[in-house]
Amino acid sequence: MISKQKIGINPKPPKREFLITALIKAAGYSAIIFVGMIFLFLLVESLPALREVGLSNLLSSRWYPIEDHYGVLPLIGGTLIITIGATMIALPFGVGTAIYLSEIAPRWLRETLKPIVEILGGLPSVVLGFMGMLILSPYLRIWLDLPTGLSALAGSILLGGIAIPTVVSISEDALDAVPRSYRDASLAMGATEWQTIWRVTLPAARSGVLTAVMLGIGRAIGETMTVMMVTGNAPILPTGIKDLFSPVRTMTATIAAEMGEVANSSTHYHVLFLIGIILFLISLVVNVTASAVVFRQKKSQERILS
Amino acid sequence: MDLLVSTLLSPYNLDVKLYRLVLLLVIIILLAGCSGCGSSAENTSEQIKIIENKGSDTIVNLALAWAEEYQVVNPSVDLSVTGGGSGTGIAALINNTVDIANASRKMKSEERETALENGSDPVEFVIARDAIAVIVNLENPVDHLTLQQISAIYSGAIDNWKEVGGEDRPIVRLSRETNSGTHVYFLEEVIRLGDKNNTTLFAQNTLLLPSSEGIGAEIKQNPNAIGYDGLGYVTDELKVIGVASSPDDPFIFPSAGTVNNGQYPIARDLYMYTNGEPEGFIKEYLDWILSTDAQKIVTELGFVPIAK
Repeated sequence: MISKQKIGINPKPPKREFLITALIKAAGYSAIIFVGMIFLFLLVESLPALREVGLSNLLSSRWYPIEDHYGVLPLIGGTLIITIGATMIALPFGVGTAIYLSEIAPRWLRETLKPIVEILGGLPSVVLGFMGMLILSPYLRIWLDLPTGLSALAGSILLGGIAIPTVVSISEDALDAVPRSYRDASLAMGATEWQTIWRVTLPAARSGVLTAVMLGIGRAIGETMTVMMVTGNAPILPTGIKDLFSPVRTMTATIAAEMGEVANSSTHYHVLFLIGIILFLISLVVNVTASAVVFRQKKSQERILS
Repeated sequence: MDLLVSTLLSPYNLDVKLYRLVLLLVIIILLAGCSGCGSSAENTSEQIKIIENKGSDTIVNLALAWAEEYQVVNPSVDLSVTGGGSGTGIAALINNTVDIANASRKMKSEERETALENGSDPVEFVIARDAIAVIVNLENPVDHLTLQQISAIYSGAIDNWKEVGGEDRPIVRLSRETNSGTHVYFLEEVIRLGDKNNTTLFAQNTLLLPSSEGIGAEIKQNPNAIGYDGLGYVTDELKVIGVASSPDDPFIFPSAGTVNNGQYPIARDLYMYTNGEPEGFIKEYLDWILSTDAQKIVTELGFVPIAK
């Protein structure tokens, strides 16, 4: 630990710095306050749902709010199956692209490819949804001989595409941060380039790559417009991997499609907020898991290095 | 104040920057304040006639066409038309954010109660009629169905096209989202065959699409699909099914003629709602909508004009 006095920070800062420090502090704390207030707001708006609807109805598998069927399980299942599908696509493609960009591609190619991948991340989701609806889903139906191409698979492919730029960008930075000496040492020991990437560089960048994947998943869970346009929105409870090929309805699409129409403070309104809070908690779990893993790895790395 | 004085007097570069920053902030705040005053003053002095019109996606094209034509008839009135669904429009009317709500169904009793609680008293106008066309892919050999067959298809009792005389293909059911007036109408009048005690629902695997365009795009390329939509939205790339009220009745294709004479079984009235009896330029607009000139536009868009 290095104490502040040793670096030589003036123990009595001038008055004018007080204002700036206060502003920066307020900006920092405001994020916590906002998240707390959002959570509180969701909680207050969603609690009446538990009383008005009852658990047996909420945990049923039928979602048809205009006739008071409020089973949220199909919606949770829909979000999960699409997120899993998207991760299965974004993980290999995203990390693979990052490895190529960081370890294999020549400098000029890397300088060209990275901005292009990042532009992909800036594509408006409604544009992707439109292409998914008009191009991807018809071809999926014909290739895989499905009743309809508007399915969880179409949603997973597009969400995987949306998550890839996030995964590539952050994992590439993580791989780039691995010290040159690690690779040199590995190559000097006689390892091939592939062995170096797989056994040395990638494990060393593990925490960053994991953060990248988690952020990608976070991006996919919250995506709304694209899934609403390509997944068919049929509230069917997925029971296995085969349901990747049938239509699903996600939590985000449900809120987006129905929030505009509900009467304020009606039961349906409160249930939509309940779905919001479930979504919020899922994102929280993903983020906390990610930071817990990263934290643990940092500690173990510190042990090795010390 | 202390800060400002010290920064003004200080010779250091950092302080000059800080001073400029503060000055900039002050200017921004002043500008923001001033623009606020300016616009509110304009609003009170100038009388701008704006009609906010929102609701049913079935009516939105018609409402837009009317709004455009009304710009020629009466340029002093500005119309803003948005869709979103009947429920959305009525909710907006209740919250008093629009002047006219478009609805493809009658206002529900709960909605009327909420409106009365909020101190508004919605007044109803029938502005046109609409037929709901049942549509399939052009390659589908089926060209007519009875209401009972359509009900069985949508409730999940019939799952394959061969059961209604078609090819051996699974049936993919398409519907509008639950906030669409067309959805509620179709549920009550077709799936439940108008029986109030019937509690049949849409089959659980019915696809709920957020727009008419979505339904059209899917049916255009998928021979398994069946859908329904307002007659005004049906294009040449979709096949319209002839519908019979019962197996003994003749199959009727939807058209202006068969809707107005009551032969086509899946037809309904379209509504506009205002908060209380309309007055002034809003009343003028509604009177114009019911005139022969405006009803001509109804025909052009594939809806059915109200018979005078």
